[in-house]
Amino acid sequence: MMISCQPLARLIEAFSKLPGIGPKSAQRLAYYLLHRPGEEAEALAEAILALKEKIGLCSICFNITDCDPCPICQDKERDHSKICVVERPSDIPPLERTGKYKGVYHVLHGAVSPAQGIGPEELKTRGLLSRLQDGSVTEVILATNPNLEGETTAMYLRRMILPLGVRITRLARGLPFGADLEYADDATLGQALEDRREF
Amino acid sequence: MGTPRSYQTQAIIIKQTKLGEADKILTIYTPEFGKLKAVAKGACRPGSKLGGNVEPLTHSLMMLARGRNLDIVTQSQTIDGFLALKSDLWGMSCGLYLLELIDSFTVENNGNPPLFALLLDTLRRLCQTDSSEIVLRYFELHFLHYLGYRPQLHQCVICNSPLRPVVNSFSFSQGGILCPHCSEKEPESHPLSVDSLKILRLWQDCDYATAKRVKMKSELSSQLRQAMQGYIKYLLQREVKSIAWLEELRGS
Repeated sequence: MMISCQPLARLIEAFSKLPGIGPKSAQRLAYYLLHRPGEEAEALAEAILALKEKIGLCSICFNITDCDPCPICQDKERDHSKICVVERPSDIPPLERTGKYKGVYHVLHGAVSPAQGIGPEELKTRGLLSRLQDGSVTEVILATNPNLEGETTAMYLRRMILPLGVRITRLARGLPFGADLEYADDATLGQALEDRREF
Repeated sequence: MGTPRSYQTQAIIIKQTKLGEADKILTIYTPEFGKLKAVAKGACRPGSKLGGNVEPLTHSLMMLARGRNLDIVTQSQTIDGFLALKSDLWGMSCGLYLLELIDSFTVENNGNPPLFALLLDTLRRLCQTDSSEIVLRYFELHFLHYLGYRPQLHQCVICNSPLRPVVNSFSFSQGGILCPHCSEKEPESHPLSVDSLKILRLWQDCDYATAKRVKMKSELSSQLRQAMQGYIKYLLQREVKSIAWLEELRGS
């Protein structure tokens, strides 16, 4: 369908570039906004602009933040001798939700993927190693995803950190709640059995 | 009668990409149909029945249903997860290298059962052995053979004269060895020592049990690696990305 109205066509085109939004959904969103009050559109536009203008990376942990250092790195209550290494900023909220971790984080912004040509240089690994130099950190928790890229990254980091004498731990692998033993893969089930605990 | 709506096949998972919120598109290598792309629905959810059974570097028995565009994985049972490989950085990286080669050189829907068997055997060998260099070179030579790029190692590819035991050279563009006389005309060719050529000839025609008995110094080993990887790069017309990673691990 040809849209003769330029601003509307522009918005539809912009929406359809978003992940998971096709031309039809883009049209629906654009028409929806057209019929909403002006303030709503303004608030949306402002939120989008602020995203690009105000958000940067924390100079310590490389998490996304609007102030530097980020609130987690600034927090004196947290245990700065423990660093939890994650692949993406979006991995932090679920860990925070557990309420069981009071240390700080380090975001790698990706994982080693040889087939895509992503090596450790493309990640924030150097920043992590320099944080470990002064001896104040006693434990590094490798919380990269338990898939091929995440494992490769974890094993590589282990190799780099080991000479520094810092304790290295990895998130446990086991059966998720609501799983079915019958369909569990060998790797997970094997690890769950090895790491079983007193009940 | 049309084709059946679902079928069962063995598969080695080559790679996966995320599709939407919870689905994955798998690239798998099968004996009968060669490379295929298939959708694993809900594979990203924590409780998924497919979950860990569709991770790359896994040999699975799969049930697939024919879809309009891509087929859909309905069941997947791990036959071998190559756990020994996945718990070792070097082993896993070698495995990823093999998968990248398969992915780069094969086309979809073109079955090659011997190549599937070679890949499977090679992954098993990597789980067992310390001499991964031999496993990789043996794979590369036979992999190229099954794809129709078998290098000619017994006579000069230009003048057809038998090769003498001197330093000859490997011409990537001609797909074989050149005698010293002809190699003058091909400045791009890669010099190959007498021992290197002997080993390549042996590996090209023997079974793995014989191949693995070869003892070689690291210098010879790196010579063979450069020759084979140079040839592969020429055929592919681009770098194999995992090679840079393997080099980095070798160095560190």
